[in-house]
Amino acid sequence: MDRRDFFKTAIAGSAATICGAGAVQARPNLEPATEAIGMLYDSTLCVGCKACVAKCKEVNDRPPSNADLDNPWDNALDLSSETFNVIKVYKDGNGETKDAIKDGFAFEKRSCMHCVDPGCVSACPTTSMRRDNRTGIVTHHPDSCIGCRNCMVACPYNVPQFEYNNVFGNINKCEMCNQPGVERINNGQMTGCAEACPTGATLFGTRKALLAEAKKRMELKPGDYYEYPRGDVSKPDSVHEKEVPKYLNHIWGEKEAGGTNVMHISSIPFDKLGMPPLAERSASSISETVQHSLYSYLALPAIALAGLSFMVKRNTDRDDEEGTS
Amino acid sequence: MSKDGIDDGGFDFSKIEKRLGVSRRVFLQYCLGVAASLGLSNKAAMAMAKAVAEPKKRPPVIWLHGQECTGPTESLLRSEQPSLEHLILDLISLDYHQTLDSGAGHQVENLKKKSMEENKGKYLLVVEGAIPVKDNGIYCKIAGETMLDLTKEAAEHAAAIVAFGSCASWGGVQSASPNPTGATGAPQVLKDKTVLTIPGCPPNPANFLGTILYFVTYGKLPPIDDKARPKWAYGRLIHENCYRRPHFDAGRFATDFGDEGHKKGWCLYKMGCKGPETYNNCPSLEFNNVGGQVWPIGVGHPCFGCSEEGVGFTKPLFSLADVKTHTPPNTFPDIADREGASGISTTAAALTGAAAGAAVAATVYVASKIKASDGDASDGTES
Repeated sequence: MDRRDFFKTAIAGSAATICGAGAVQARPNLEPATEAIGMLYDSTLCVGCKACVAKCKEVNDRPPSNADLDNPWDNALDLSSETFNVIKVYKDGNGETKDAIKDGFAFEKRSCMHCVDPGCVSACPTTSMRRDNRTGIVTHHPDSCIGCRNCMVACPYNVPQFEYNNVFGNINKCEMCNQPGVERINNGQMTGCAEACPTGATLFGTRKALLAEAKKRMELKPGDYYEYPRGDVSKPDSVHEKEVPKYLNHIWGEKEAGGTNVMHISSIPFDKLGMPPLAERSASSISETVQHSLYSYLALPAIALAGLSFMVKRNTDRDDEEGTS
Repeated sequence: MSKDGIDDGGFDFSKIEKRLGVSRRVFLQYCLGVAASLGLSNKAAMAMAKAVAEPKKRPPVIWLHGQECTGPTESLLRSEQPSLEHLILDLISLDYHQTLDSGAGHQVENLKKKSMEENKGKYLLVVEGAIPVKDNGIYCKIAGETMLDLTKEAAEHAAAIVAFGSCASWGGVQSASPNPTGATGAPQVLKDKTVLTIPGCPPNPANFLGTILYFVTYGKLPPIDDKARPKWAYGRLIHENCYRRPHFDAGRFATDFGDEGHKKGWCLYKMGCKGPETYNNCPSLEFNNVGGQVWPIGVGHPCFGCSEEGVGFTKPLFSLADVKTHTPPNTFPDIADREGASGISTTAAALTGAAAGAAVAATVYVASKIKASDGDASDGTES
């Protein structure tokens, strides 16, 4: 085979594989799990009492964060291996009016959003991050975790957190109070934070029911009174009547990156509340499409092999020429 | 210094012991207590004790009643401090008070007019009860005159004006929607005057007494907040000093009367407690001064917010309160805060920088050395 023939074969082969790859279907966003459960956080109802933070630490047996002799209580700044749930504040100007963008303040909850199409699950090389097929809970399985922390990079919400201060550290995150040893959901209970919330700002329920509740709230007329449920949306412990605020017509988690099981509603735009800019298509669906296309019919290895073979051939030919001359 | 350790500067208290029927020790302890709750020193307590024991001239008081249940007067008369009502009646010259006057009709009305004329600019006006303003105030009349006119008339030459009770302070129960008589508080009627308010339904008699003692001792009213309430009594939310507060912080809430949390004395916020938005000193002095933890939250009922305008008689009894303490600038992490991101100290950053700088310098030095030696070597081979 001369140099010309070799090129012909290589190019034809590559073209065939690339065409084959083009025929592979793009992977769409995953659909919500059949009985997906989640939570609805209504920022306008939150009074910042941090009862959910305290309850979360109790249920998950986590120590207080940044506590020292001067401030011997929990001072978590953000999610960490010690904190699976934290209430943060948006503040502008004198911060006097609740849920106002200017001279106002608003609370925001940070915890795992339990994505419908989770980036962490897609990025995990050892399937230590899994999405429960029935409940949709994104779980972590430390027995197979290799500590690569790809999940931390893959999460748009900065949720999975590594125990840096522990030699045998683990990835820690909210597992909807259903991890082995806690199993509140399996025992028919709701999440700790939803149970503790005195205003129903954190509401527990199926994704479907919560989405319906959120949509209902969008339809309410500001100034009217509405009976806000507490605890579980489908069988609330109690309700309380409150004036309806002016909601932003946006349910965070309905569509963002394929949707989330933990959804947020608020009176002020979510970029002010620190939510990342996300398109409707999930990052994992894009990356998996690219990856799977490249590797379909072993296209990428074939191209690589062709390239390497050419290089080797060219170098050996040259060596031969130099040797004979 | 006397034998019981209270420095009275050798003042003779035998007269007041006789007059009030209490021992010198009890009397001085009481004055010290009042001064302490006002945030004043022992010296001020002695000044108060002397002002009470040896009144130069008891300030005359005109006491008006409007739309109300006479709760403030009743609570004052039933206060359990040592001879409080004696002290009050001894401290001031109560020239006109529709509930307590023994006389009636033209007799007392004439006395009132006479006292107001004689003590122009010196008397203390106490307003108790709301003032209806609708239809020129015809819904409340005393001696043929409307409460509206009577209040304005009495306020004209008053040295100081005190609105006693929620009704007088902002309208109280009769100002609740739909408010058919246009009931309103004294500060709203007397817009051009400073009206000190002591809201509460009924108000704590100690809050009134402390304010009056201050007035008698110093001849002026104590410092007030933006709603004209004495700061010493209304400076803090009930929520701030509530003994159930730890349960709130830990997320332990009673949800119904008689449930497990209620029996265990957990926080009553979920049942509609208005402590988080009501300014009063009930947790420290206990509502109405009854003592023995007998105040609404103490006996297991959510606070009603009786002293707070826009809360009591306005918000539904069991609706959730707006939590005023849990708003910025309370300590909440900012949206942008990250754990550990701000943990690097300036010194650490400087040290890291210095180390990096040293490494770069060393690398450059070594590189130049290698280059030089390379040059030497090539010189050797090329020649």
